[in-house]
Amino acid sequence: MRWIWIDRFVEFQSGKSARAVKNLSRAEDHFADHFPGWPIMPAVLILEGLAQTGGILVGEANQFREKVVLAKIPRAVFHREATAGEQLTYEVEMLHLRPEGASVTGRVLSDGALTAEAEIFFAHLDQSRSGQLFGDRNFVFSGEMQYLLGRLLKPGNASS
Amino acid sequence: MPTQEEIYTKVSDTLVEALNVEPEEIKPTSTLQGDLGAESIDFLDIVFRLEREFGIKIPRGELFPESIFQGDPEFVQNGRVTDKGLQELRDRMPFADLAAFEKNPEVSHLSDLFTVDLITRYIQGKLQSRN
Repeated sequence: MRWIWIDRFVEFQSGKSARAVKNLSRAEDHFADHFPGWPIMPAVLILEGLAQTGGILVGEANQFREKVVLAKIPRAVFHREATAGEQLTYEVEMLHLRPEGASVTGRVLSDGALTAEAEIFFAHLDQSRSGQLFGDRNFVFSGEMQYLLGRLLKPGNASS
Repeated sequence: MPTQEEIYTKVSDTLVEALNVEPEEIKPTSTLQGDLGAESIDFLDIVFRLEREFGIKIPRGELFPESIFQGDPEFVQNGRVTDKGLQELRDRMPFADLAAFEKNPEVSHLSDLFTVDLITRYIQGKLQSRN
C-alpha cells in the first residue's frame, strides 16, 4: 500500500500556501473496514492528507533539503463525514517557518462544505541525529511525493 | 506597553492552546514540563505562538537556551551545573529567577526554571526593549 494521501496539487505558492485534491474511491481498502456497510473516510487519514499537503509546502520552502516530520497537531476539528465519491480539497497556509521547524493552518473542503480544520506543526529533524537514525536518504520526501509537485510546477500548468 | 497582568493573561492563553491544558491549571509558578506536561517539541510551538501573539521575534536559544541543557562539559559536570554554567545562565537568562536553583544546581532541576512567570518576565523585557 502506498502512503500517499493526496492525488494532485492544484495550486502552490512557494513558502506561502498550497492546495491539493484527493478523490475518495470505494476501492480504497480502508472503506471496507471503516465501516462495513457505512464507508466513511477515517478522520486520521483526512488529517494525513492535510499533513502531506502542508509537509510538502514546508519541505519545498527549503528545496527538500530538510527532513520534515510531523511533530504535533495542536488542534483538529472535524465538521462532517466524508465518503467515497467525494473530492476533498486540502488548503494549507504557512504560519511560521524557521530553521528548527514550521507550522501551518489548514482546512479540508468537499464541494465547498467545510469538512475539517487543523493546525499542524512540523519539525526539521536535526541533521546530524537524523543521519544516525535513518541514514542519509531523505525518507520523508520520496520521489513520488516530489513527482506530485513536479507535475504542477511544469511549464504550462497553473502555479506561481 | 501592556501591563504585566495583561502579558501574563496572554501568556496563559498561549499555553492553554499549545499544551491543551485547562486555564485553571495555570499558575504563575507552574513549571512548563513538570506541572503543565510540556514536551520538547512544545517549546518551539510556544515560541511560535508567543511571536504571533506579541508581534515579536524570539531568536533560537534566547528563551530556551540549549547549550547548557545539552550537557556541555564546561557547563555541566557530574550532573550539576558548574559555576561557569551558572554564570552562563545569568548572562543568557536575565529574566530567570535563579535564587532557588543556585542552592542546588542539579541539571535535573533546570526544567523547573521554566515557569509561566519566567515567560511573562521574558516577554515584558522584550516589549520594553522594543519601545
